[in-house]
Amino acid sequence: MLLFSRQGKLRLQKWYVPLSDKEKKKITRELVQTVLARKPKMCSFLEWRDLKIVYKRYASLYFCCAIEDQDNELITLEIIHRYVELLDKYFGSVCELDIIFNFEKAYFILDEFLLGGEVQETSKKNVLKAIEQADLLQESQNEEWGGLSEDIL
Amino acid sequence: MPAPIRLRELIRTIRTARTQAEEREMIQKECAAIRSSFREEDNTYRCRNVAKLLYMHMLGYPAHFGQLECLKLIASQKFTDKRIGYLGAMLLLDERQDVHLLMTNCIKNDLNHSTQFVQGLALCTLGCMGSSEMCRDLAGEVEKLLKTSNSYLRKKAALCAVHVIRKVPELMEMFLPATKNLLNEKNHGVLHTSVVLLTEMCERSPDMLAHFRKNEKLVPQLVRILKNLIMSGYSPEHDVSGISDPFLQVRILRLLRILGRNDDDSSEAMNDILAQVATNTETSKNVGNAILYETVLTIMDIKSESGLRVLAINILGRFLLNNDKNIRYVALTSLLKTVQTDHNAVQRHRSTIVDCLKDLDVSIKRRAMELSFALVNGNNIRGMMKELLYFLDSCEPEFKADCASGIFLAAEKYAPSKRWHIDTIMRVLTTAGSYVRDDAVPNLIQLITNSVEMHAYTVQRLYKAILGDYSQQPLVQVAAWCIGEYGDLLVSGQCEEEEPIQVTEDEVLDILESVLISNMSTSVTRGYALTAIMKLSTRFTCTVNRIKKVVSIYGSSIDVELQQRAVEYNALFKKYDHMRSALLERMPVMEKVTTNGPTEIVQTNGETEPAPLETKPPPSGPQPTSQANDLLDLLGGNDITPVIPTAPTSKPASAGGELLDLLGDITLTGAPPAAPTPASVPQISQPPFLLDGLSSQPLFNDITTGIPSITAYSKNGLKIEFTFERSNTNPSVTVITIQASNSTELDMTDFVFQAAVPKTFQLQLLSPSSSIVPAFNTGTITQVIKVLNPQKQQLRMRIKLTYNHKGSAMQDLAEVNNFPPQSWQ
Repeated sequence: MLLFSRQGKLRLQKWYVPLSDKEKKKITRELVQTVLARKPKMCSFLEWRDLKIVYKRYASLYFCCAIEDQDNELITLEIIHRYVELLDKYFGSVCELDIIFNFEKAYFILDEFLLGGEVQETSKKNVLKAIEQADLLQESQNEEWGGLSEDIL
Repeated sequence: MPAPIRLRELIRTIRTARTQAEEREMIQKECAAIRSSFREEDNTYRCRNVAKLLYMHMLGYPAHFGQLECLKLIASQKFTDKRIGYLGAMLLLDERQDVHLLMTNCIKNDLNHSTQFVQGLALCTLGCMGSSEMCRDLAGEVEKLLKTSNSYLRKKAALCAVHVIRKVPELMEMFLPATKNLLNEKNHGVLHTSVVLLTEMCERSPDMLAHFRKNEKLVPQLVRILKNLIMSGYSPEHDVSGISDPFLQVRILRLLRILGRNDDDSSEAMNDILAQVATNTETSKNVGNAILYETVLTIMDIKSESGLRVLAINILGRFLLNNDKNIRYVALTSLLKTVQTDHNAVQRHRSTIVDCLKDLDVSIKRRAMELSFALVNGNNIRGMMKELLYFLDSCEPEFKADCASGIFLAAEKYAPSKRWHIDTIMRVLTTAGSYVRDDAVPNLIQLITNSVEMHAYTVQRLYKAILGDYSQQPLVQVAAWCIGEYGDLLVSGQCEEEEPIQVTEDEVLDILESVLISNMSTSVTRGYALTAIMKLSTRFTCTVNRIKKVVSIYGSSIDVELQQRAVEYNALFKKYDHMRSALLERMPVMEKVTTNGPTEIVQTNGETEPAPLETKPPPSGPQPTSQANDLLDLLGGNDITPVIPTAPTSKPASAGGELLDLLGDITLTGAPPAAPTPASVPQISQPPFLLDGLSSQPLFNDITTGIPSITAYSKNGLKIEFTFERSNTNPSVTVITIQASNSTELDMTDFVFQAAVPKTFQLQLLSPSSSIVPAFNTGTITQVIKVLNPQKQQLRMRIKLTYNHKGSAMQDLAEVNNFPPQSWQ
């Protein structure tokens, strides 16, 4: 899954197959170019190499997923939408800046929603609950460990 | 040492950079600071530094020096550290680095950690980027967690197991016992991930698949769960636009598909639920359509009853009318998959599909085009072709080649009339002439040749087409060839189908010459044009001198191909003028050969068995073969290799395949009247042997002359003389010209000459000039034999003659031993 802005800047990248850094860069560049070249009225799917690409634009960010041939494109759109909803709930009306400045949190949320490229939790509530609890654990630990109550990062 | 700057601070700073160079500078400075911080083994701020490194990595800068730090973070006891550490591992490490194996122990410990979130982190990381070695080491731990009652962990363990199985398929067995009760869970997360796990296992192993079908009775379980999902009331936790947990529904449907494939019982058990889902799902939002889509895919893939299949196709038909592009795209893709098996049902939606050709979206257009070609049949060919031609006109260049090929294929199979066929081809050539594939040209030429009554019409239309514009190579090639063949019809103004145009011979030559000169013409096209001009020398009456001039000019062309042809044609004018008319005679009807299309479905009212196009081998007939075998039998010698003459009997056989290629050996024999046409058809490459035979003589200035000719056979009034020619430059080749004459008072008809030589020789028999030896020595049959004698052995030959004389069939065998030594030494 790739998130990138209209200028082609990468905001998040999650890879579920092992590839070298060079290959990842190349693929990212190609995909970003291809998707950005699409006109607004075109459909959200395109074929690229032997994969299907599903993408959707939310405000200034493109959410782009590469799926295998046997996967359902329409449900992938729903998966993307669910992820956006999760981000929205967590950050409260999420915008691109939130994801830029809190990218590690965006990853954490993604990792509670998807695992190994598959959906692990279908309930919005449960995903958010898990993140909340993990955050709490982090905070409480930090307090224990030397009074750095503000964000350690 | 002051505390390293905060992550958010760094991000803010970097974003203020106005140029790439400025940014790079900031990054380098910070990297240096981080590196020294790492060297100091600062535990407190390590996670902050790694987090910053991860940010810079996302911007595209190298971050490999942080890899080991990630490992240290993972090993820390602090949750924050572990969180960042594992994130870093997933981003910076992968199985290619040796470093990653160091993680294994940490992960193992964390899998058994007391805090579930730590365990979760470990499972997540392993399931995301675990290498096969790691998976092997840790599979046991994962399996344990698969059986835990903690649903948070169980769901993660299930997906982790999926990853393990993908990396190390042999470990699949290990997870089998744990799957027993997975579907009894209430927790949707666990259910979903369990279904994914079961799907993975069933897809990978047919044994597993069988096991789950029979022993576990998976299908009824899944059906039950699906039913509950649909029937149960509103559940806020899993609701998406009024549908309860669509993700789970889709996964279940997919698993059902795998279970029901090729299995009647399973398919039967799921028929009802599939029908229910198909009819009850809300279609107003994407999510409902996603479920319907999966349902349709499942219905089409299992052994469902026909009513259900029709329902599925109708759903797809409705999709086609949906405003949402994505839905239309998905519908076209699915229809393409089902058009082979449920052709008639898909036909019903043909008009909608054809409308999609006009869509603005490229992906949709491509799908619609492919589907349209699949739907063309004898009934709808006229209407479909109109749409397809219109599409060809207006579509993007990337489609034109495929579309043109598709149109040719379809036209060939279903053309309602020859005229329509030719018109369609003309339309394609003129609309998308430069995108037509190279192999289409010979196919078209064959087609035109076979439409005998349309020759005048065709050549007229082609002539008019290139008059205005001769830049589209395939069009020009076909046109040049036709004009060469049928130029006489063109100038005589004999067109029946449409108003004949007045064209003079000079005008025709004008256009062909322009093609020759034009910079836009490729070498191949020029070759066609030159040969066409040559052919017209026998068809035109007043412009032969002009033709001679043109041909001789190109004898010094830089293009080797053109030069070669021109020189040969020149030779025809000079030395072989007597053969010219025979050589350049009209082409006979060619044997039809398979087109290079994919296996097409033969549509016969609902039957849907695919029937591969049949290859019709050129019928060089069983006769010559058996005759050759007879030679073998009778002569018995092992050192004789029989040669099947390349000139079969008076059957209108033709080496269709070879001619179609317009490459290689062209040894066409004539349809009756038996004047054969070893025509100098435009060739892309010529076998040197043939070239030598026909025209090497005039080119060689050093032919060994003076080899005495011999009478090879003389009996019953039939005399056969051999004359020899050899070249100094290629001394292993001996060219023998035989002349057969008949001194009796009746003609000998169906004359066939065959020859065999010892194994060390190679023999090639060219086409005879005719198959009738006229009586009273009034004429002869000439035939050329070329013998390759690399070992310079003594030439011997056995010949067999068959002919009809005085109403009875005659046959004779003879050995020729009186070859003069100069013919082989």
